[in-house]
Amino acid sequence: MKKHTLVALMQDRPGVLTRAVSLFRRRGFNIESLTVGHSETPGISRMTLVVESEAVEQVVKQLYRLIEVLKVSDVTDDPAVEREMALVKVHCTNTNRSEIVTLTQLFDAKIVDVANTSIIVEMTGSPNKVQNFVDVIRPFGIKEMMRTGRVAMVRGARTHQGSDYVGAEENGHVAASTWN
Amino acid sequence: MSEKMTGAHIMCEALVREGVEVIFGIPGGAIMPFYYAMYEYRDKFRHILCRHEQGAGHAAEGYARATGRVGVCVATSGPGATNLVTPIADAWMDSTPLVAITGQVSSLVVGKDAFQETDITGITMPITKHNYLVKRIDDIPYVMKEAFYLASTGRPGPVLVDITKDAQQARTVPNWDIKLALPGYKPTLQGNRKQIRAAVELLTGAQKPLIMAGNGVIMAGATEELRTFAERTGIPVITTLHGLGAFPEDHPLSIGMPGMHGWVHVNRAIQECDVLINIGGRFDDRVTGKASTFAPNARVIHVDIDPSEIGKNVRTEVPIVGDAKLVLQALIEEMPPREATAWMQHIRQLQATHQHKQQYLNRPDTNQLMPHDVYAALNRTLKERGNYRVITDVGQHQMWAAQLIDWSRPRSHITSGGSGTMGFAVPAALGAAIACPDETIWVICGDGGFQMTNQELATIVQEGITNIKIAIINNGYLGMVRQWQELFEDRRYSHTLLSGPDFARLAEAYGVCGMTVETVDGVEPAIEAAYNHKGTVVIDFRVEREVNVFPMVPQGKSIGDMIEQQPTANPTA
Ligand SMILES: Cc1ncc(C[n+]2csc(CCOP(=O)(O)OP(=O)(O)O)c2C)c(N)n1
Ligand SMILES: [Mg+2]
Repeated sequence: MKKHTLVALMQDRPGVLTRAVSLFRRRGFNIESLTVGHSETPGISRMTLVVESEAVEQVVKQLYRLIEVLKVSDVTDDPAVEREMALVKVHCTNTNRSEIVTLTQLFDAKIVDVANTSIIVEMTGSPNKVQNFVDVIRPFGIKEMMRTGRVAMVRGARTHQGSDYVGAEENGHVAASTWN
Repeated sequence: MSEKMTGAHIMCEALVREGVEVIFGIPGGAIMPFYYAMYEYRDKFRHILCRHEQGAGHAAEGYARATGRVGVCVATSGPGATNLVTPIADAWMDSTPLVAITGQVSSLVVGKDAFQETDITGITMPITKHNYLVKRIDDIPYVMKEAFYLASTGRPGPVLVDITKDAQQARTVPNWDIKLALPGYKPTLQGNRKQIRAAVELLTGAQKPLIMAGNGVIMAGATEELRTFAERTGIPVITTLHGLGAFPEDHPLSIGMPGMHGWVHVNRAIQECDVLINIGGRFDDRVTGKASTFAPNARVIHVDIDPSEIGKNVRTEVPIVGDAKLVLQALIEEMPPREATAWMQHIRQLQATHQHKQQYLNRPDTNQLMPHDVYAALNRTLKERGNYRVITDVGQHQMWAAQLIDWSRPRSHITSGGSGTMGFAVPAALGAAIACPDETIWVICGDGGFQMTNQELATIVQEGITNIKIAIINNGYLGMVRQWQELFEDRRYSHTLLSGPDFARLAEAYGVCGMTVETVDGVEPAIEAAYNHKGTVVIDFRVEREVNVFPMVPQGKSIGDMIEQQPTANPTA
């Protein structure tokens, strides 16, 4: 089954994330990753989701049924920057520490914490690159790992801006509201 | 108005501003401030005190389905709100415009498992078009306005507004200068011209075209347009369960209902047709049977106001998102007149060689009261007298009603389709009776469904409603389930044998007229007496118990594979 990367813009109303997640569960959509956060426009959240589905069109259409959803784009086949981040706590000893440091440098990852028997590496990159890093580092012994979902943005002049869909005035009430 | 008002008064004021004339509900702790305020609005809108919140919800649905306007129901928090879940789900499945207002515990204790606290917005999230938890009085005017707007526009549906008790009790000067902020909600009404031309091209080249009309035609008020379009093109029209009445069944181009209990010739026509245009139906599995085998030769055009319905169940070549009325108008403009007489003749031949209404009504030679005797008499009476609505419940009696009554007017047939909610009919009739006080509201229900919500007879009596006539098709079984057990489970009648009270006496206990009919001869006089009685009537038709609904597509089978009549091994029916 093909994996699709979708980018969705939605009004930041109470419960909007729950609504989206509830919808995926109820319709049996298989969501591999989901990341939400603020967009450039106040009051508009941006979601990136990776969904494994033959019927990605249904995912898009069902999302549009949520009244908060402004725009959903399938960017799978677009030239897009896709990024994930992982925090990995790697087991280390005095003898292999430098080897881990070298690998980290090779992957352009960052060491963010060093202790006697462990190192925390912050790895950011394309989903593939993050996976490769994790595969390479695993033999050293991963004590703990936290990977984020994917975020995506199409390259070049094309944009998915919240302000394309919401006039500042139109969004005024929503941004000010606290319905929960 | 620059006076301070309570949140509860603002709620009432909002209802008045939305033009609400009646609401259905039951009070309780968390909604008491609203009821307190409503006392001052007695001459502005009517409140019907139901006996169960499920009844209030279905009554609001019945009102909405009879009129096309938004139905409103009210309940308190906790159990009051959860009792509304069934009608809300029902309205969701049948796209019925409904606003459900519930009281919630004070915002200070929300989330603390307070007395009668239930997360009703969480519970109803998957069965509402949208819902709100309102904790601040300032949000009430906006939310109420948006709720009514969402419930009634685009693809209609239920919206729930849950308002905390402290928001109802607070005081403020309401701001009615509201501009809705719904940039993500812009229903498409006009069909895309390019797609409309593509549809016209398909239809023009078709040898065996079919029109399938669904609920969308009725909700869009597009029956005239449908008729014009059909007459201009000569294309045969089929009407789904919720499309019954969208096109008169006595029209020469009407061929009837498709699906699980549709007619053989209709399902055959679907399987043979080369172009199928579905207007305002959602290709429910009770219509399509096994979807992969549905209309195998057809190029499908699907007109729906909800884009997510298109391509969901049936592959579609020409999608047209829009309002049925506007799309039909555009189709009429673009489509050159044509005829499809050979195809129509072929369908009529199919009809003549397979079981259809007339044959169905040829009763077997027995003195036992057959269900069909009741329908034959009712159909005659309805035609003669006109001015009726028929509300059906769920089960065999519902399918017989759909099959055997000659539907001719939009909104004259009201039933629970998508959800198949037993217990729908009696309370829905209460709502329809209030909406249409000058019409006769017939309820056709089973002995099972009647026992689920007949408590609303007390409401009907208290409210002085006199135009409801209830026909119970009493077979002493959960008939539809029994039928499946008979046909597919080797007659293992596991827990479908059903007793009940003496319904006529029960009716009398409620203070309405009760009658019992056990013979064929008794049917017409009872119906006549029901019309002559100025008040609600319950007729207990004790019918032959093991009669089945045919034809039938077994679940999961292709609609081409119908069981046309009772397998001969079984002597009944
Ligand atoms: C609330 C609810 N519970 C159960 C069912 C399953 N069900 C469908 S039809 C049916 C039998 C209905 O019996 P009755 O009301 O007597 O009507 P009949 O089929 O005998 O005409 C049942 C139990 C349902 N549709 N709704
Ligand atoms: Mg029964």
